[in-house]
Amino acid sequence: MEFGPHLILASLEGAVIAAVLAMTAMGLSIVFGIMRVVNVAHGEFFMLGAVIAWWVAHLLGGHPAVGFIAALVFAPLLVAIIAATADRLVLQRIDYDPDRTIVGTIGLLYIIQQVTLMTFGPEARPVEAPFNQRLAIPWFEFGENGFEIYWPWGLSITSYKLFIIVAAIAILTALWVLMTKTKIGLIMRATQQDSEMARAFGVPVKRVYAWVFGLGAGLAAMGAVLVVPVQQAHYLMGHDPLLLSFIVVIIGGLGSLPGTVIAAVLIGMSDGIISVFFSPTLAKILATLLVAMVLVFRPQGLMGKLRS
Amino acid sequence: MLEVKDIYAGYGQVQVLHGVSLDVAAGEILCVMGRNGAGKTTLLRSIMGIVQIEDGVISLEGEAINTLPGHEIPRRGIGYIPQGRRLFPELTVSENIEMGLMVRKVSRDTRDWVLDLFPRLRERLDQRAGTLSGGEQQMLATARALALRPKVLLLDEPTEGLQPSMIEQIRQVILKMKDEGFAIVLVEQRIDAVLALADRVTMIENGKSVETLTAKELGASPDKIKRYLGV
Repeated sequence: MEFGPHLILASLEGAVIAAVLAMTAMGLSIVFGIMRVVNVAHGEFFMLGAVIAWWVAHLLGGHPAVGFIAALVFAPLLVAIIAATADRLVLQRIDYDPDRTIVGTIGLLYIIQQVTLMTFGPEARPVEAPFNQRLAIPWFEFGENGFEIYWPWGLSITSYKLFIIVAAIAILTALWVLMTKTKIGLIMRATQQDSEMARAFGVPVKRVYAWVFGLGAGLAAMGAVLVVPVQQAHYLMGHDPLLLSFIVVIIGGLGSLPGTVIAAVLIGMSDGIISVFFSPTLAKILATLLVAMVLVFRPQGLMGKLRS
Repeated sequence: MLEVKDIYAGYGQVQVLHGVSLDVAAGEILCVMGRNGAGKTTLLRSIMGIVQIEDGVISLEGEAINTLPGHEIPRRGIGYIPQGRRLFPELTVSENIEMGLMVRKVSRDTRDWVLDLFPRLRERLDQRAGTLSGGEQQMLATARALALRPKVLLLDEPTEGLQPSMIEQIRQVILKMKDEGFAIVLVEQRIDAVLALADRVTMIENGKSVETLTAKELGASPDKIKRYLGV
């Protein structure tokens, strides 16, 4: 096995994981940063995104691209509405009390999971990718004829996986613009810093919270729609994204959006590379160990600020 | 303009206000005085709806506002300058002012009007609010409240911890706002500042408003100052 081409392959696979993880973790981070809610049900919103994507693609039929694009629009929207409703029905009623929100979102986790099991069933179902060309990975050598590019046998990635990376970058850029350049973003940041003062300056804080909770869940769902053509929809698929999102958010610094992206790239890339060369289990072990180290030596995370 | 009638309020089990009344007219400065813990800050927080009142009525131009959702109260035209300034520290000066401008429909020139009152802020528009000096923060907190073109301005110890030149500047702005016809409620501890600014003074003792008198009357009776404030 040659090292170079395999490293490229592993990095690309890692980048795909990082891209989806960045979106999912960003959803968790926004919800925690602005509402101070630890959303244990976040992985289930991810799963719902994938399941609804399957429903939408299945119902529409026709060319895979039609179903996929419809899913990319409707699944996050629907999940956001479900999450915002859950915020109004549950979290708002318990006044966002930290202990009770954790219990509340655990309840939400099981409700969503079991309802999906009863309706969608226990099977894993695929959504067809809108396009899926196999792209061989090039490498070079200095042989008898000097510098030569060749394509090692069996090493390839698909065009769709590259699309996931590009799409995630585009969506996260759009989110960054939303947060820093628009009035909605300004209102969200002000609410994050001092919700009481935000209300004293006309911000309907409850409504903002419902929107933020919907946005966070919608981001997870969008990540799931992107990943479902390579991973399949299944009612238990929310566990890993939840665990990895928590790892990312803790390493990046709770509530810090740049920190979340950096940590997602770090964890995703190392997950991909270690999985290819060693084993996926080792990747999870190292990621969890990194969290422990961060908690011991830098509790506020890479980019987080210590709160007084 | 603003009328507070016999309100009761507190935090959970702790009753802070029992029977506070006051009223302030347009173009008038009403000072609220009382010892530490008398309930002055709670009174302003009750007016803003941050603390829910249990009894009594707060009305603005005849409309009861204590039953409105919290975010509707500033939209009726009440600008709040809280104790300790409470800026949005990570937002820039410009964004903090924007938060005030967004509260309700204001004319386009409002931003310039506010910045003309505090030229210093114009030089620091892109600076984060948390990095400003104490005086600049107070200017920004005032600018943020004025940016909603309020009918009523609530100020909670605006000169606390400021150097004399800054105190004078804040004082001048308060007087200017009075001339513009704002109704001003000013919580203040320093008696000299009160006597120089106030039209009338409401005394609060142990969560109860005990007396309202004109600044002249108060100046002429040092025994009352001693009784209510212990100085």
